[in-house]
Amino acid sequence: MIKIRGLHKYFGAQHVLRGIDLDVAKSEVVCVIGASGSGKSTLLRCINFLERAQAGEIWIDGERIDPKRHNLNKIRAEVGMVFQLFNLFPHKTALGNVIEAPVMVKKMPRGEAEREGLALLEKVGLGDKANSYPSQLSGGQQQRVAIARALAMRPKIMLFDEPTSALDPELVGEVLEVIRQLANEGMTMLIVTHEMAFAREVAHRVIYMDEGRIVEEAPPHEIFENPREERTRTFLARVLNPRKGVSAPGTKNRSAAG
Amino acid sequence: MEFITGLVHYFVQDIPIFLAAAWLTIRLTAAALAIGVLIGLFFALLKLSKNVFFNALAQLYITVIRGTPLIVQIFAIYFGMARIYDFGVFWSAAIALAVHNGAYIAEIFRAGIQSIDRGQMEAARSLGMTYALAMRRIILPQAFKRVIPPLGNQFIIGLKDSSLAAFITAPELFQMAMRRAAATYADLEYYTIAGLYYLAMVIAFSFLVARLERRLDVDKA
Repeated sequence: MIKIRGLHKYFGAQHVLRGIDLDVAKSEVVCVIGASGSGKSTLLRCINFLERAQAGEIWIDGERIDPKRHNLNKIRAEVGMVFQLFNLFPHKTALGNVIEAPVMVKKMPRGEAEREGLALLEKVGLGDKANSYPSQLSGGQQQRVAIARALAMRPKIMLFDEPTSALDPELVGEVLEVIRQLANEGMTMLIVTHEMAFAREVAHRVIYMDEGRIVEEAPPHEIFENPREERTRTFLARVLNPRKGVSAPGTKNRSAAG
Repeated sequence: MEFITGLVHYFVQDIPIFLAAAWLTIRLTAAALAIGVLIGLFFALLKLSKNVFFNALAQLYITVIRGTPLIVQIFAIYFGMARIYDFGVFWSAAIALAVHNGAYIAEIFRAGIQSIDRGQMEAARSLGMTYALAMRRIILPQAFKRVIPPLGNQFIIGLKDSSLAAFITAPELFQMAMRRAAATYADLEYYTIAGLYYLAMVIAFSFLVARLERRLDVDKA
């Protein structure tokens, strides 16, 4: 479904992605873990061309995407993205958020879009919130609307950029539950996450990134129980066993307990 | 005391002509600001575009218009343009006021658009929307709401600045006050009356803006 070869991304002099090779098969769930600043989010953002990589190839569904030749809007319409800060449209209701792109981009008749939108809101457990504005919803509810909004375009793949990092601990579960459900339905997903227990449960493959490179990739039980690389071991030790009562900066206890 | 009785006397006596003059002031301001908003939006988008030429064009317009007095611009269009095309008094004043206010409104819109979180554009683009569609459906509706206070402020300035049209003989409020003052020697009374009319219009307009702000606030709890 997705094939990435030799991807390099610079922000000015900063070399953020240093040669990424990655494959994601259809219906595969791949979780990307790693410390802040390791390039995980940038990798996701390069895949739907919110960021332009300076070198490397991105293949989606068997076709190499060339930003000069392809209509990137068409590509993006087929790649769903869920953001850390939800980025719901505050001037539209939950349903309005969900039907916006199907109606305006796909030119779907409004009635049909609303029927599908309501079904999607049902699916994420928010059928009764269709007419609520984002400001009237909790963080977890907003993120579930954002997932429904991305699904409304019937994407071939879903990209999640730390979908639970901005949530209060008690709201994380409801969002993960929705993602878990999508995994069971066979949705192809690339998930950047700090939720180690979740990655372990839901991922077919886990990728550990550090300093713009993929250090190690393996099925979850291998990477969590038997990491081959020293750097992976150090990272997991820090995240999974924070010193009693003192978490490493940027790490929350729920990552271990979750 | 004599001033008060004089004021009341002239005020009541001249209600019909001052209402007519105030109506012209309102039409002139409305036409100028409607065009000014379109000009402002256009140049705001040019200034935000990634095209260097468009940026330079927008910057040139804003610099020249903000850097020269409104009365010079009004005279330039009324007397200067007359050689090419005679817009007449009303439209010369309206165009000059529109071009003048447009420069300030452009900056108001630019700031408003830039104040919208980057994530909004990214979310819209990630759903396959073009830049133009995302601007129209997602960014501008939010930006419009945010620019209402500064825009209302600019509209008030525009309303009062329309008095400069008096100097190209537009029979608006200030022109009328000048004429009546010259005819009666009651300068203080007539300029006070003109002031009262402007004040009443500004207060009424501020009230409308405040109500609009409250009404548009529904989705931002």
